[in-house]
Amino acid sequence: MTISLQGKTFVVMGIANKRSIAWGIARSLNRAGARLILTYNRDRMQKNVQALAETLERDDTIILQCDVSKDESIERCFQEIKEKVGTIHGLAHSIAYANKEDLEGEFVDTSREGFLLAHNISSYSLTAVARAAKELMAEGGSIVTLTYLGGERVVKNYNLMGVAKASLEASVRYLANDLGKDDIRVNSISAGPIRTLSAKGVRDFNSVLNEIEERSPLRRTTTAEEVGDTALFLLSDLSRGITGENIHVDSGFHIVSI
Amino acid sequence: MSDVFERVKNIIVERLGVEDEKVTMEATFKDDLGADSLDVVELVMELEDEFGLQFSDEDSEKIVTVGDAVKYIESKL
Repeated sequence: MTISLQGKTFVVMGIANKRSIAWGIARSLNRAGARLILTYNRDRMQKNVQALAETLERDDTIILQCDVSKDESIERCFQEIKEKVGTIHGLAHSIAYANKEDLEGEFVDTSREGFLLAHNISSYSLTAVARAAKELMAEGGSIVTLTYLGGERVVKNYNLMGVAKASLEASVRYLANDLGKDDIRVNSISAGPIRTLSAKGVRDFNSVLNEIEERSPLRRTTTAEEVGDTALFLLSDLSRGITGENIHVDSGFHIVSI
Repeated sequence: MSDVFERVKNIIVERLGVEDEKVTMEATFKDDLGADSLDVVELVMELEDEFGLQFSDEDSEKIVTVGDAVKYIESKL
């Protein structure tokens, strides 16, 4: 079964390099024929994103900077999208940040500043971006964000990011309810650990991967391609009855206990 | 020079966009090659892929110079 997104435009936020989950999503959407708008955060990522975009073999891909910690940057980015394409059909949000020291040791030691920073970038950004994107989703739309099991249960070293993901998952539900009347759906994918630049910021990440390989029902780690294809489903009309949902793409690890 | 050094050097040149000659065993990633902490994480991941190894967090933190990385990889192969 193939899904066609021919003639539709999607925004993908959060590509840092070839390993990024956002890049896995971009590739799945590209395969289905979608036109893409890729956003990056810092200048240093621009070169990576440009080089990756060239591999998509399309000449209509748009690359824009969007710093989700700044309202002006979000506004400028979506204004530019509006001028260039008018209507968008979906958005993938794959953005998170916490200070490295908050991803080791104990959660109880989290500073106020670190707490606010992580929630600002990893959780509030979805709401800010959804508000801007909604104006461009004249034909309805679908928004997908990325979360992790650490938002539902305690995962060693995930600490502050787990609390920020819980906030993100709750935001998905409230946004789904608000935007449903405009036929805009909001869902999350809870991805198993993937070896990305961000994941490597979590203490002892390699041992987490080994654990998943041994204990997950599918006995393998999750790939960005698997997440990309589920995002493609959630961003397409095949999932038109689904909103406010969190789908685990994690080789089934979330069902496992001791 | 070892084969490991050549492979490490190629990855550094490609990732950091520095000139070949700058990549010596004594060169430090941060000061001599201008890598920031994200660059270092990216480099570690590239090296893990290239050599099929896993760098532990403790070991990665001890790597300061190109030579440290080369010696670490050689000890693991």
